[in-house]
Amino acid sequence: MAKDEFTEFKLVGTRPDRPDGLDKVTGRARYGADMSMPGMLWAAVVRSPHAHARILRIDTSKAEALEGVKAVVTRADFPEGLTGEEWNLQENTIAGDKALYDGHAVAAVAATSALLAQDAARLIEVDYEVLPHVIDVDDAIKPDAPAIRPGAADATVPEGMPANVVRYIDFGHGDVDAGFAEADLVMERSYKTEATHQGYIEPHACVGQLGADGKGEMWVCTQGQWYIRKMCADVLGLETAQLRVTPSEIGGGFGGKTTIFMEPLSLALSRKAGGRPVKLVMTRSEVLRATGPTASASMDVKIGMTKDGTITAARAEFRMQGGAFPGAPVDMALYCAFAPYKLKNVHHIGYDVLANRPKCAAYRAPGSPMGAFAVESLVDEMSRELGLDPLDVRLTNGVREGDRASYGPTFGSIGLIETLEATKAHPNLLVPLGPNQGRGIAAGYWFNHSGETSVSMAISEDGSAQVSVGTPDIGGSRASIALMVAETLGIPYEDVRVNVVETGSLGVNEPTHGSRATFASGKAAVVATGQAIKEMCRRAAAEWGIDEDAVEWVNGAAQPAGPNAGKFPPLTIREIAGKMGETGGPISGHHEGLPEGVGASFGCHVVDVEVDPETGHTTILRYLVVQDAGRAIHPSYVEGQYQGGAVQGIGWALNEEYIYGEDGRLQNAIFLDYRVPVASDLPMIDTVIVEVPNPGHPFGVRGVGETGITPPLPAIANAIQDATGLRMTHLPMTPPKVLAALKAAGRG
Amino acid sequence: MRYHTPSTFEDAARLAAEASGITRFLAGGTDVLVQMRAGAVIPDDLIDLKKIPGVSEIAQTEEGGWRIGIAVPGARLGAHAGLCADWPGVVEGMELVGSTQVQGRATLTGNLCNGSPAADSVPGLVAAGATVEISGPSGLRSAPVEDIPAGPGKTTLQPGEVISAILLPPRGTAGGDAYQRFIPRTEMDIAVVGCAISLTLDGNSIASARVALGAVAPTVLLVPEAAAAITGTTLDDDALAALTTAVEAACTPISDKRGTAEFRTEVAGVLARRVAKIAYARAKGAEA
Repeated sequence: MAKDEFTEFKLVGTRPDRPDGLDKVTGRARYGADMSMPGMLWAAVVRSPHAHARILRIDTSKAEALEGVKAVVTRADFPEGLTGEEWNLQENTIAGDKALYDGHAVAAVAATSALLAQDAARLIEVDYEVLPHVIDVDDAIKPDAPAIRPGAADATVPEGMPANVVRYIDFGHGDVDAGFAEADLVMERSYKTEATHQGYIEPHACVGQLGADGKGEMWVCTQGQWYIRKMCADVLGLETAQLRVTPSEIGGGFGGKTTIFMEPLSLALSRKAGGRPVKLVMTRSEVLRATGPTASASMDVKIGMTKDGTITAARAEFRMQGGAFPGAPVDMALYCAFAPYKLKNVHHIGYDVLANRPKCAAYRAPGSPMGAFAVESLVDEMSRELGLDPLDVRLTNGVREGDRASYGPTFGSIGLIETLEATKAHPNLLVPLGPNQGRGIAAGYWFNHSGETSVSMAISEDGSAQVSVGTPDIGGSRASIALMVAETLGIPYEDVRVNVVETGSLGVNEPTHGSRATFASGKAAVVATGQAIKEMCRRAAAEWGIDEDAVEWVNGAAQPAGPNAGKFPPLTIREIAGKMGETGGPISGHHEGLPEGVGASFGCHVVDVEVDPETGHTTILRYLVVQDAGRAIHPSYVEGQYQGGAVQGIGWALNEEYIYGEDGRLQNAIFLDYRVPVASDLPMIDTVIVEVPNPGHPFGVRGVGETGITPPLPAIANAIQDATGLRMTHLPMTPPKVLAALKAAGRG
Repeated sequence: MRYHTPSTFEDAARLAAEASGITRFLAGGTDVLVQMRAGAVIPDDLIDLKKIPGVSEIAQTEEGGWRIGIAVPGARLGAHAGLCADWPGVVEGMELVGSTQVQGRATLTGNLCNGSPAADSVPGLVAAGATVEISGPSGLRSAPVEDIPAGPGKTTLQPGEVISAILLPPRGTAGGDAYQRFIPRTEMDIAVVGCAISLTLDGNSIASARVALGAVAPTVLLVPEAAAAITGTTLDDDALAALTTAVEAACTPISDKRGTAEFRTEVAGVLARRVAKIAYARAKGAEA
């Protein structure tokens, strides 16, 4: 924690109420589905019941004849000739020649009520020629698997690879064979993880309006309004600036709301319905069937270790499917897999494979949890084999500033060692374990991201401040940005309002992804605030008739910078702002760019479990998250991110998975059977915020949103091994799987 | 869709008998309304039974048993001291259905008529020896609860028949019942396996027993062989082993997204042992 050395801050590091809190607890906050407009129509979508089928005929006549139906669209209403990812997005929005997965949109209808739209959707007749399908990644990579999209492979794929391989990755350094030869113990294991959904509580929802003149608006639940604007414009062939996109409050995204799924359908329907606004709200079933789950993975890992735990070489081969489109995060999975370890010899191979499933979207540290599951499981198993403390093995091999990362670059300031040491010192490690109980630890990593960022701020007439950011607030970023701006200005937190604005208000912003909002929008807001401060100093200098360089900003006021500058009482922000109209007009600041200096974040989790030997049921007894935040601007929301990541990881480890039938249909498109953890499944998640400040941010911020989901998968598998002696290599570790393994081992 | 609000069960039965399309009775609505919203079942006739006098009452019968109205929600069962004292296993089964919000609406009768083999309240009713009162075109009849389910989503009720009450027998002295289910989580889930046992004691020895299993066959099962395995015993290890064998032999589960057949069979035996011990302890006077 070591917060004492930073006591120069008045606000950063405190825990005020979030500015959006009252609206959220009173139900006043407006989410995607809360937007309604005069003359609005409701949309419903017709979806393929087949995993893979040629679309022979779509007859919309009966639906169009239904009174109250104002528009029906199919792929024929969308422009042709798109290529690359633009084509992928269009194809995923609405199927062309083929339906590529169960739930793939085929047609959409807009009517004067939601019920009428649903009735009309049932009247749309689609004839399919059902084609052979493939679901599992290991099946999809076989040479005789049904070819889903011949020609989709990019230039990285060597000739002769199976048809569904669309990207091939091969990188590393050193000589792994020589490294394995130096090892006292070499182990190799295969692992699998199943696809999971981000599981955000708020389903996708939007209202779209588009006129025949190509001008349109959209109100939508999203992590990134500019991405929505660009992607919708691409898919519909519109001029981007003619579309204005306003984000709603957001009930969770976790990466899944950084792209489009059904949004262009509402715009296409609106255009066809004479420009009337069209509302489209997904059901939970549609969310699970047709919006981005993460990839499923099949992974082989080989590691060599000396008796003292030093890793001499490591090799990983990952195969991932991300649905019927390229984009499984196999690259990120490989980059992160060995990131906590200093490796002289490492080799990575990856395959991005198509399968008849929905197009994967980002999910909290995309790819990293799978890679961590494989590598951290094997490191743990080898530590046990060699009789070494798994934390010590990570300390022995842990990366420090200046080390070459397993994926190539040299690490700047990082806090892995501090994180591991804080873990080692935590009292949870001293709690005695009972029968059938076990303890597991694992480390995890995420790069964090910056990206296109544009922020404006302005001083109001009364000296309060407004900040306009383009990154929707998912995890408390408005509170964090307000704290940083208020700290910089020297005014109360409550005097700063941070607004998440629509696309017409700022230059392009990337979404709230890559744990970037508090880092990038926060950094830009601080730079913009500095501009406003400079202007206020200039105006004070003008009033005093002194040089502006002789004015400094202290505690919310301009004052002469020392006795030689002149003797004037400080001019407060309120006084300067009150006469801004006479002293030169509005006072504001603006900063845009690609903020540099991203700080990566390492974490370490410790979990205690109890496994019921009669049922295979795993109970989480205790859970500890230790992670480097750089600096926790608002510690409560940092802890919330740590806890949320851990909980999603627990779900992924124990019960969550996409289950398909022989027919290629998703069997569990409902929260009853897609089993995210419920509150009573979980203990309080303990957290420790390690602060190794990021020198690339004015307050030391690293992103904190994603790393927390990477260690839980292996940490729980390691704890289950500790409790049962069983090494589970295929997630989720459901009671039937664990019980079958116990019985196979003669222990059930 | 036609929405009806009959004021007697005779009227309800007549409306159902006269209806030709898809007909659903509405009490708590926690299955029917969800199915309608999902578009899975869109009834032509929806017959709301909640306006019939007495459907929300719990009353003691002259014999000392209980008569439970068809619209009594789970939350009211759990708040009824007399029912909880007599039939804790029945009440705990119902209380596992859904969430707190669902508990404010969902009913025993609805859970039974939904026809799910995994229905949490049904094994407890079967183990208790509960019966249902059925109103139909030919008047009233009575049937054991175990005779009502006919398979997933199906019941043996004939067109025009409607359940008008659930009847629990007198508990008597030295009796106890219990229900447990297995789910991967801790709540808000559907039983992968369920087991209810009701028994009476003569001293330390089990005088009579009824064992019911959920989610291991197309319907909730009453397993007389399992009851026989513990009857006359003090629930010693041999009796528990015999109970396990009988329970496992009765299971004919499917493998599906919720669990494999092997898992269900294995866990049915585990639950039977655990539930038998609780029911036995309750019969000896342990608090539920």
